[in-house]
Formats: sequence, C-alpha cells, structure tokens
Amino acid sequence: MSGILQLHGIEKRFGDFAALRGVSLELRAGEIHALMGENGAGKSTLIKVITGVHAATAGTMELEGRAIRPGSPREAERAGISTVYQEVNLLPNLSLAENITMGRQAMWGPFIRHGEGRRRARAALARLGVEVDVARPLGACPVAVQQMAAIARALEQRARVLILDEPTSSLDAREVAELFGVLRRLRDEGMGILFVSHFLDQIYALSDRITVLRDGGYVGTWEAAALPRLELVSHMIGKPVAAAEACAAKEEASAGPRRGAVVEVAELERKGVAGPFSFALEAGGATGLAGLLGSGRTEVARMLFGIDPATSGSVRVDGRVVSLTSPRAAMAAGFAFCSEDRKVEGILPSLSVRENIVLALQASRGALRRLPRAEQEALADTFIKALHIKTRGPETPMGALSGGNQQKCLLARWMAVQPRLLILDEPTRGIDIGAKGEIEALCAELRRGGLAILFISAELEEVVRNCSRVVVLRDRQQAEVLEGGAISLRQIMETVAAA
Amino acid sequence: MNRLFSSRLLPLLATALVLLVLFGAAGAHYEHFFSARVVLNLFKDRAFLGVIAIGMTFVILSGGIDLSVGSVMACSTVLLASLIMERGWPVPLAMAATLVLGAAFGGAQGWIIHRYGIPAFLVTLAGMFLARGTAFILSSRSLEIRHAFYAKNSAWGLPLGEGLTFTLGPMVFVSVLAVAMVVAHGTRFGRNVYAIGGSESSAALMGLPVGGTRIAVYALCGGGAALGGILSTLALGSGDPTRGMGLELDAIAAAVIGGTVLTGGRGWMVGTFLGVLILGTIKTILDFEGSLDPAWLRLASGGLLLGFILMQKVIAIRSRET
Repeated sequence: MSGILQLHGIEKRFGDFAALRGVSLELRAGEIHALMGENGAGKSTLIKVITGVHAATAGTMELEGRAIRPGSPREAERAGISTVYQEVNLLPNLSLAENITMGRQAMWGPFIRHGEGRRRARAALARLGVEVDVARPLGACPVAVQQMAAIARALEQRARVLILDEPTSSLDAREVAELFGVLRRLRDEGMGILFVSHFLDQIYALSDRITVLRDGGYVGTWEAAALPRLELVSHMIGKPVAAAEACAAKEEASAGPRRGAVVEVAELERKGVAGPFSFALEAGGATGLAGLLGSGRTEVARMLFGIDPATSGSVRVDGRVVSLTSPRAAMAAGFAFCSEDRKVEGILPSLSVRENIVLALQASRGALRRLPRAEQEALADTFIKALHIKTRGPETPMGALSGGNQQKCLLARWMAVQPRLLILDEPTRGIDIGAKGEIEALCAELRRGGLAILFISAELEEVVRNCSRVVVLRDRQQAEVLEGGAISLRQIMETVAAA
Repeated sequence: MNRLFSSRLLPLLATALVLLVLFGAAGAHYEHFFSARVVLNLFKDRAFLGVIAIGMTFVILSGGIDLSVGSVMACSTVLLASLIMERGWPVPLAMAATLVLGAAFGGAQGWIIHRYGIPAFLVTLAGMFLARGTAFILSSRSLEIRHAFYAKNSAWGLPLGEGLTFTLGPMVFVSVLAVAMVVAHGTRFGRNVYAIGGSESSAALMGLPVGGTRIAVYALCGGGAALGGILSTLALGSGDPTRGMGLELDAIAAAVIGGTVLTGGRGWMVGTFLGVLILGTIKTILDFEGSLDPAWLRLASGGLLLGFILMQKVIAIRSRET
C-alpha cells in the first residue's frame, strides 16, 4: 500500500478567514479513507482544493509522487482525480452515455462516435453492476442510477483517486448497500477513495482509515478498527470523551413550565392524503411526530401551516378556532414552520445571513413597514451570537454557510417573529453530530421560554430524546399518543411495526 | 415507435404537424398554393431569417439569448454596401470582412457575458443599440449595390425547370442547416453547448470548457447574423440601416416554436427549420389573402408561440410526474 495522493500543509484563506489551516493527508492506493468533521470543519473546502475548484493559499499536493496543482476541475480530472458530489453534478438533459463520456468522447476526425460512446458507457456501468438503457436522459433516472453514472464517469476517465462527497444522503438502504459494494470492489482494484459522510454507521461499515478535521485544522488520522465511535465523536467536536458521552446520552426531557394547551388539533384531516389527527400542543412542551417514511409526518406539518389545508377537522389556539387556509393565515395564528427541505423551501442562498434572519419578521409586518436597518443588524447579531452561527459576518451570503449553520439561521428566522408554535420538520437532517446537539439544545431552551414545539424527525431516538409527548403515525393516520414516562424507543417501534 | 412518441420528441412532432396542417389547409383553400413556386418563394423570403435563427438556436441551447442579431444583420448590410460601393473593395473580400466583423462582435458580447457574469439579455440589449447605431452612422439611408457580381449572382441558382431556380439564399440556408445539425449533434463543441445549457456549474465541474464554448456560441450567432445580412443584400440589392427591426424576436420565436426550450439544453436545429417555415407559411397565407391586415401575421405568430410554450410546460410537468 502506497500513498497515491499526498497533501502537505494545505492552507486556504478567504480574505481574513482561514478555512483550512495546515491540513495534511495521505490517501493510499486501495483504501477507503473517511474524511470526518463537523459542519464548517473544512471538509468541503479541502475537497474543492483537491479538485481544483479553489486554489490552495499554501501547501503542496502530490499525486503518485508528482507535484500537482490543479487550477480547475478539468485539470484535476485529467490528472486522475474524479469527484462524485452530494447533489449529482451531471447534466440532466443529456443521456447517461453522454454524461459518462463527456469531454473524452471517442472521435472520428471532428465527429463524435456516439455508438462507441454508448458501448463504453454500458461497459463502465456494467463494471458497477448496473444495467440500464444508456440512451435515457440522466434526469429521467433515479438518483441512485445518476450516482452510479457519476462513478462510471470516473472509471471512464481512468481516475485513480475517487472523491465522494456525501453520496448516500438521498439513497435508500438497498441503494446504499449496492453503492458500498461497488466502492469496495473499486478499492480492491487499487483505487484510492476519499469518502465524506455524516453517518457514523456508514463510515465504520466502509472505511479503512479516518481523518478528522476541526475548525479548518488537521486533528489526526486513525485506523477505523482502532478508533472507538465515542472517541471519533470527541475528536470531531473537540471535547473529551466524558463530555461527548454526556452529549450523546439521553438528555432528560425536562418538562418546562406547563401552561396548558395552546394548540388543540381535533380530527384534522386532508381527504385522501392523511388524517384524522387529534392531539394537543402545550406551551413549553415538545410534541413529536414519529413514524416511518411516508407515514404522514410531513403532511401533518403542511396541514398545520396551511400549505396543503385540511379538508375537515379544527384547530384551536387558546381556545379559539383558527382557519389555516394559507401560510399567511397560519403565521397570523402564531405558527412558524421550518421546512424539511431547507435548500428548496427555506434558505435564500444569495441573500445575506442578516436578510435571511429578518425575512419572516419583515413579512409579518407587511411590505410597507420596513424594519429599520439598525434593528435588522441588531437582530442578526443577537441570533448569530445566541445560536453560535459560524459566519464571517451578518452580510455573508447564506449560500456560503455550512448546512448546520444554515439550519440555525432558519431557526433564528422563526424565533425572530416570536411564534406560539414552532413546527420543525427534520431540523437536523444532513447536519452533523455536534450541530445536531446544538440544535436540540436550542429547542430545549425555546421550550423553557414558553414556546410550543412540534418536532418531526425520521430518527426515533431524536424524537424520544426531545419530546414530552409523541404522536405515533402509521399509514398516514394517528396510531397512538405517548406521554411522559410512556415514551420509549421500544414502545414507538412496536406501534409503528404493528400490523 | 414508442420512443418516437415519447415526450422528448413530442414538441418536434407537434411542430411538424402544425406545419403540415397549415400548409394542407392553405393548399385546400387557395388555388395554386401547392406549387413549387410558392415553396421556393417561401424559402427565398425566409433564408436570412433561417440562417439567423440557427445561430440563435445555438445561443438558446447554451442557456443564453442574443437580442442583437437584427441590428447586427442591418449593420452588416450597410457595411457591405459601403465597402463595395464607397471603398471599392472586391465583393468576396467585403463579404469575408463582414462575416469576420459580425462574428467578432458576437464573440465580444460572449466574452463580456462570460467574463463579468452579466445576463446575456442585458449585454446583447446594449449590443442591439450599438449595432443599430453603427449602421446609421455608416449610412443614414438605404445604399443600393450596383455591381457586376450582384447582377450575376442574385439570380444565380440551380435550374429546376419551368423557369424556376433554387437560388443562392435558400441554398445557403439549407447548407447552414445541414452543417448546424451535424455540429450540434456530432461534435464536441455541439455537445458542450447542450451541456452548458443543461447546467453550467455541472459542465464546469465535469471539466468542460465553459468559457470558450460560450464565446464561440455568440461568435457563431454574430457570424450568422452577418451572413443573414449578406443574403438579404443579395435578395434585395441594397444595404439598409432600418432592415431587420424586431428580427431577433422572429428568430427567437422560430427556435421556440421548433421545440427549443428557452432555459437551454434542449432543442433541435431541424425544429428551428420547421419553425422558420411555419412563420413563412403564415406570411404566405396572408399574401394570398391580400385583403387581410398584416397585423394578423403578428397575431398568428403570437398565438402559436403561446401555444408551444404552454405545451412545453405541460410536457415538462408530465415528465416530472412519471
């Protein structure tokens, strides 16, 4: 086993901000190497340096002993470094075959040999165990196939180093297993694979060695087999094992001051979609929705926030019936909604952190009563400090922040309007352990402040940990409501699994 | 057969169908509509629009737009006329210079769009005014071209019998179309254009030459506009700074009616060809009718355009659902 890719003292600065501070890394031929770190640790920046998107401010890179300094993804690809990104970065309008061969097509003089391209694409996909019609447009294929196409492209490019940036976040369990099979085979053929994921299970299932980054700095590299999970977490968050244990342990769902039901949901139903649901949400309490994918969790949230209004049933706030026919009506009733899909429905990446934070508050005031700039700035500063949002400043575009920090900004946006009920749909999806802990701590603090929270998560442990009441859903209906001591992972799972 | 009728080819088939229906209905309604002369005239009238629309299709496929083509075409006619008549340049040299300048103008717009990340709409809007202004500075009036070359070649063509000829304009149009189809489908440059239109950031991450391709696309479109200008001088025997007002919009309409999606990445050269013929057929029908207000031409084009855009949207929604 030899080092195929060596990084020495890589540094990357954006103005005064050091995104990477002296990172070294050795990727060996025939290994799967996990790159770990919290959001903002510098993983993405490091990958962008390796793939030539960013130029390193200092430090050197060697590929098979030769110094390289890729100035663009094209140069990196030519040198033999290919990357599969989290959101598949291929061309939806072109065929699978073209996506796989693009830039290195078989030519006959100035003309592309499309037939030869299709044959090569089929061969590359066959190596990965995928059999599809390669003439199909990429956009018409499932994400898993698109990802395989991205890997097939890397094979076609004769890549010796393959970088995978969160490749599993939109795959189901079977597809993940298939992907892992492919990656192991490529490793055994001598490829060096650098793998980024937030899922600890996957990291341990797949990787040979693990390198941890924290705050742009290099923490260390370990053999995966010799690094207990807890120790890995403690390296990532930079706290000793004891503290990490406390963080990982179940935080007592200390019921805040109960002030009676704020929101009572009675027989709420959207015909043909989901329901009926009946439950109460208390000030200072967190009610969780637990259930499998497709059990109706998100549908409940969308009914409550008036996005897909209910067709029957009622919702009372402080005893008065409210009509939730649109998001505006729901906001007027004091509801706030953090969407599950923060990229599409939540953040505005080109606007600044400040503008993203004041957005909901401004909307609730109406277009004519503009929030004074000074107030906006004060508000943004307060939340950036209170929620520990890692940003270069309030005027940084939202798109430049990491996932966890974007999520915190969204929380801040809704906290700014001081709602009665905060609906959190998958608030911790796609963000890493440390940030998850912070978001959960924030929720607890909000509850102590008297807010009612509706907490939706696919991770049952998270629901158990955070909620004082759990509504268990099955087949788009309410199956059971658990309270206080009755809440346990086992009980929820039994209910979910019941026939 | 099933694949032929899959939603991807549907817009193209719809365009062909509309053309057939229009032509068939007109042929049934008017005597002499179904004649070689009418078809030839249609090609002759629309040759310069066709060449320009093909350049425009490349630009739209790359995800851009070029509003300057009408003005560039007008400017080319005046430039060519003044080079020949006022400076006494040999005709082939003057034509070559016009083509090169048109391509350079387009390429410069492409460079600005790429280098500064300014929307193509704005850059080419400025280009539209600049080229039109330049045309008027070169000559404020129409310049007649009296030259032996023109006398000989404006009527030159392949004799088709019965006193009909397939003249230079249509010949250039059809050749340009054939070359464009091969370039778009069969060369790296062509596929890179589709790639950039599909997703610019992906194309860059895949290591494709985004900047060079974009500049080349606008150069091609500018060159196409200049070629259109040259063809129009051959057909009309003059250079005129007021020619081609609003032509850019006709070119965009032809591309969109032909199934090219305005957001880029999807479309066909042959669709643009059909689109040009549809617009030409409507014009011919109005000529036959004689009594109809020319406003009907705009009205019919507008209606068709709206219909095709709606159809594209419906197809896009449907293919996402399945």
